[in-house]
Parts: sequence; C-alpha cells; structure tokens
Amino acid sequence: MKKCITTAAIVLSLLSAPVWANEESKVFNIGYLSLKKDSRYTKKQLYARFLGQALGRPVAGAKVALKEVKYHGAELGLKFALLEAKAKSSDDLATQLEKLQQGGAQFILTDLPSEALSELAKTHRDKPIAFMNVSAANNDLRSNACQPNLYHLLPSHAMQTDAIAQYLITKKWRNVLHLKGTSQADQHIANSFERSAKRFGIKVKESRGFILSNDPRERDKNNVNLLTRGDFDAIFVSDTKGEFARNLPYQTMKPVLVFGSAGLTASAWHWSWERHGAPQLNKRFEKKAKRAMAAPDWAAWIGVKAIAGAIQDTKSTDFDTLIKHITNPKTVLDSFKGHAANFRTWNRQLRQPLLLHSDTWVVERAPLKGFLHQKNNLDTLGLDEHESKCKRGT
Amino acid sequence: MMRLRKTPLVALCTAALLTLSTASFAKGTGYVFVSSEKDNVVTVLDSNKDYAVVKQIETGDRPRHIAFNEDRTKIYAACGEGESIDVIDVEKLEVTDRIEEIEDPEAFDVSSDGKQMYISLEDDGALGIMDLESKEMIAEVEVGEEPEGVLTHPNGKTVFVTSEVANMVHVIDVEKKESIADIVVGKRPRRFALTPDNKTLWVTNELDASVSFIDLESNKVTGSMKFEPKGFRAESITPVGIAITQDGSTAYVGMGRANHVAVIDVAKQEVIDYILVGERAWNVTFNKDESLLFVVNGLSDDVSVIDTKKGKVIKSFPVGRVPYMALIDDQE
Repeated sequence: MKKCITTAAIVLSLLSAPVWANEESKVFNIGYLSLKKDSRYTKKQLYARFLGQALGRPVAGAKVALKEVKYHGAELGLKFALLEAKAKSSDDLATQLEKLQQGGAQFILTDLPSEALSELAKTHRDKPIAFMNVSAANNDLRSNACQPNLYHLLPSHAMQTDAIAQYLITKKWRNVLHLKGTSQADQHIANSFERSAKRFGIKVKESRGFILSNDPRERDKNNVNLLTRGDFDAIFVSDTKGEFARNLPYQTMKPVLVFGSAGLTASAWHWSWERHGAPQLNKRFEKKAKRAMAAPDWAAWIGVKAIAGAIQDTKSTDFDTLIKHITNPKTVLDSFKGHAANFRTWNRQLRQPLLLHSDTWVVERAPLKGFLHQKNNLDTLGLDEHESKCKRGT
Repeated sequence: MMRLRKTPLVALCTAALLTLSTASFAKGTGYVFVSSEKDNVVTVLDSNKDYAVVKQIETGDRPRHIAFNEDRTKIYAACGEGESIDVIDVEKLEVTDRIEEIEDPEAFDVSSDGKQMYISLEDDGALGIMDLESKEMIAEVEVGEEPEGVLTHPNGKTVFVTSEVANMVHVIDVEKKESIADIVVGKRPRRFALTPDNKTLWVTNELDASVSFIDLESNKVTGSMKFEPKGFRAESITPVGIAITQDGSTAYVGMGRANHVAVIDVAKQEVIDYILVGERAWNVTFNKDESLLFVVNGLSDDVSVIDTKKGKVIKSFPVGRVPYMALIDDQE
C-alpha cells in the first residue's frame, strides 16, 4: 500500500496538469510502459490507417480515462496519475519498469509487442506487479506463454477470428479462401483463423500464401487476380502489416467479400460505434487526442477504469485486495459496448463484446445472436477454459 | 376510451413536475409529446383519437429530455447535437424559441420558482445553471464525466445529478454552486425519483441492474435492490427510467434491454410484477391520475401504454426513430 501512494508533492512534477491537486491529497500512480521505437507506431504505418490497426499511441486512451475517474478516489482522498516510461529497446525495459516501481506504480499498462511483453512478464512473474496488456493480441500470451501477473485488456486474435467466423456462419458464407502472409505474425493470425473455422464450421476450401512483391516470376503469389481465382463465398486474409490486404477488396477475380486484415474485421473498438455511450467517449477522446479512437486506445482506457474502479469499489489501495476485486467474475466494468466486461479466471483475458466493422462502420456486434455459451455468451469468443493451456493461477 | 382530459394533475417522471402548482392557463389537450433522438422531432399524438399523429414538431438535432414549464404552456426540449434547449409552444405546436450554444445538453430540471434551469452538460462533465429569463448560463459546476439525470429538491436549495462514468450522485448546493456531497451508487447511474415525503432518493443503475436508495438527511446510500426478470441475463437488464406514484406506494422502472417494466412495492422494496413492453424500455411517464403509464421503447420505435390497475399493456403506438421520453398534456 505504501508503495502505491506517494504524496502529491513528490510526483507533482510528473503530472500533466493535475485536475484538482492540493497538498493534502495523495496520488495513486498507474504505470505506462512502452518502447520509444515501435514498428506499430511509425509515422508511415499510422498514416496508412490500415483496418483494425492503431491510429496512434494508445496512451491517449489512458489519459482520457484519467479524467473519467477523477472522483473514483474521492472517498480515500486520492487522485490518479499516469506515470510514463519509454524504453530505448527491449533490453532497457527492466530498468524503465524499475523506475515506475520506484514511483509507486504496481499496475503497469504495457504497450509492448508480444515477444517483449512475454519476456518481461516472465522475468517478473513473482513480483507484486500487474502487467496490463493494451496492444498485443497474440494467442500464445493467453495460452502456453501465459503468466500469473499478465492481464489482457485487448482482445486476442482468437477472439477476433471467432467473431468473424460467427459473422460468416450467420450469413451462411461458409466456403472461404484463406490468403496468408509469410511472416511469423501472419502465420499466427492464420492459425487463429483456422482454429475459428474449425470451431464454427467454416470450410477453408483453399489456403494460398501471398508475398508483397512485383516480381513477375512470382505472379501466382503476388497477383491478386491470380491469387483469388476460384469460387468462394468470402476471402479471409491474414496480413499483420495490412499493406497487401488493403489491395484485395474490389480487385478480386470474382465479386467476393474480404475479411480479416481488410474489408470487415473485428476489434475492441471503432470510432463509428453509436450505442452504449460510445459517441460520448469518442468525442472525449477526439477532443483530447485529435484523432479517432481505436482498439488499443480503448484497451488502455478500460485498464485505467478497471484499476480506479477497483479502488472505488473496495475503498482500498492494497495491491492484493485490488487484484482480487479486478479478477472477481462478479466485478462489473462498463465496456461501453453493452456487456459488462470482466476477466476470465483461466487466462486473465478481459471478456468483452467485439465490434465487426469496415473502415467506416460497425456492421455488427459479436457475439452474434444465436451463439450461446453455457456460462457467458461472451465466452463464445476466444480461448475457452478447456482450450487455454494457461492453468488457473499460473 | 381514455379520458385524459378530465383527470387531475400528477407528477411525471421528473421531479420538476412534482412541484408544479395547479396552473390555470394550460388547456389539457390530451396530447402526448414524444422526443425522438434520430428524427430530430417531437411527435405529437392525440390520446383522444387513438394516438393519431397530430404533428411532428421539428426541433434541433437529437432532442432527448423534455419537460413542461410551470404553467404548462411550453415544453423545453434538450437537443444534444443541436446544442440548444428548444422551447415548444404547446398551443401552436411549434418551436417558438431556442436557447443556443449549450454544448451537448442531455437532461435538465427547472427550479421550483421556474427561474433557473439545471442542465447536465455531457461533454463538459458539468452541471450548467442557466437563468431562464436572460438565457445566460450563470455557472457550470464541475461534476463527474457524462452527467445524466438531474432533479431539483422541492426545497429549491439542492440539485441532484448523476455521473454515469464516476458512478456517483452529486448533491449540488445551488447557492454555493458546488457539490456538497459525492455519493457512490451503482454502475452507470441514470435517473432519479424522489419519494413523496422527500426523504429518499431512488437512483437507477443501468449497468448493474439495480436501484440505489439515498437517505437525504445523511446523503448516504441506505440500500439497493436488484432486478432479475426471468429469462434475461444480467447484462440485458439495464434500468433507466423511473417513476413513483404520488401516494408513494408504487414505483415503476423501465428495464431497458430486458423489455419489461418492473412494478415495485415501495414500502417492501420488492418487485411485484414485470410487465412486458417494447424493446429497450426507457423513460416512463404517468398520466395525470396515474391510471396509465407511458413507456418509451428506444429500439422498437414505439410507446407502450400500461393500464396500471390491470398491470398490462393496453395499447402501443409507433413514434419517431429512437424515442427518448414522453409527456402528456392532460391538465385542465
């Protein structure tokens, strides 16, 4: 508890314009750890605004949430602040984390690629730290590579591909062509889709590998027309970067719809979502960040809300008490997507609805009607208890 | 045939109306006014003619909360996207005045003397205090983000406002223009009703399917009750609209996505009945003698009329897209 709270005077310099700071109030610091250089946020990548990808650094979401929780600590005379640290490289992460800990932060929003996050959580698995993943969708982090101190705010690839599979089944578009890239990350999404296809009964009639090139000798792998030959109801494309996928819609050999990394995808958030208070949140975000809100922003936003909400509900700042509350399946977190969100006990993934959206519009919300689960319909999305290799409490 | 015309005045779901004196100028047309968020209109229907549409009054964009002024000659309509409070002339059935440059007003209440309006300003995270004569915003009191329901205490000294994201009810001292109590209630608190003895404030909590009871002497939550209509999962039970009868015996709460209205025995704090209505049952409004309850269904674009004695829907009629709230002009 002592670690969490330092007096306002000490950290005042770290705060950007505290909303109602006075000398007597205490500050509860929430850590935010990211990399100075991250290929997901290069100018070029962000400028492209690929479907389903980040539109900027997600820390903006945490900052918006900070204003929303300004009263959450009122009963304890507490204010919330974000303590940020940026590592120069993966090797520098432990040092930066230490700085955050010195500032009293035990809850750390981690905005890191999956490998770096996996390693960091592993080396700190016995420490009283909660890593809250805002930007890595990798399934392994929720299964065989899971860690007891790692919480996932962003939906996994499995949740995304399950949502898309539910949509395809609902529309009876069962015969699918699967196009996949060559990188390990592409393969990861591809595996996730294949799992979902099997789970919901989609026929992957053919899988074809694509490469990004103009080499005439590899026309069968880089020419969209050739790649999409045949009769299919839909195409699913696994492309982490998004550059190839972007060229698929309207350029296929036959008029066929595209899903996955282009066309229609499933995300934690989209700026066009209109229900459950979403327009208000989008407006607050756009005012603050001067851009539209995307999935990782939402993840960082709900992370702050989960932590501050636990403090409001328990009237405590004790780390173990808060963790117990956050992971309690009865805890209610307002997702602004119509279902109360809370953490799965088996792999600490935040269960939540996903928005199925094109570039400009949310077409549906998953889980779709008719997909039922014996306990919670939200668990029709992602790795269910029996599937996850992550064991309870490990 | 319903005879709305000759029945005595009753409180509607906002407490401003609890404090109305029996006015002498209003006609009591039997018209029902329903604001519609997506069509930017207030639809007027005649309850004496089987709810035939009399007129669609064009308003600013996204009209939501509506309420009569003191003598019921005017209706105020908060237009969120239009950033205005529109003033509808009840006789002419048109917008005759518009108070502009109010950023995203959602709900409001008028002081018992009719001089001030208290408006939840969704974007600013503030409660605006407006002088109705000069139409000037005289103060903005900072509250939690997404303020929603507003209710004036009949004593005129305090105003209650919910903050949907702070999970709180703020008690605003009108004179000091500041919050004198920040009361943590349930998740996503929305709307209020005051018991007729002015002792207990009921607050609907949309996200955890409950109502919290606040004792107004101590400004403390004394209890809460959960709603569990059969056949609905917890996430579909989203109570928002609420009204209590004038004798203080019975409360009605719209169950939102659970498509029912809960009928509550106030003394026992127990649900007596769940009445099936349309989709996303939102705000609820009594007619004058409380024989009827008008339930606005946001997702089926219609209004259900409950016969409160029979405890069932006797009529439903279509209105504009995403209806928000109904008012009944049934006073002599």
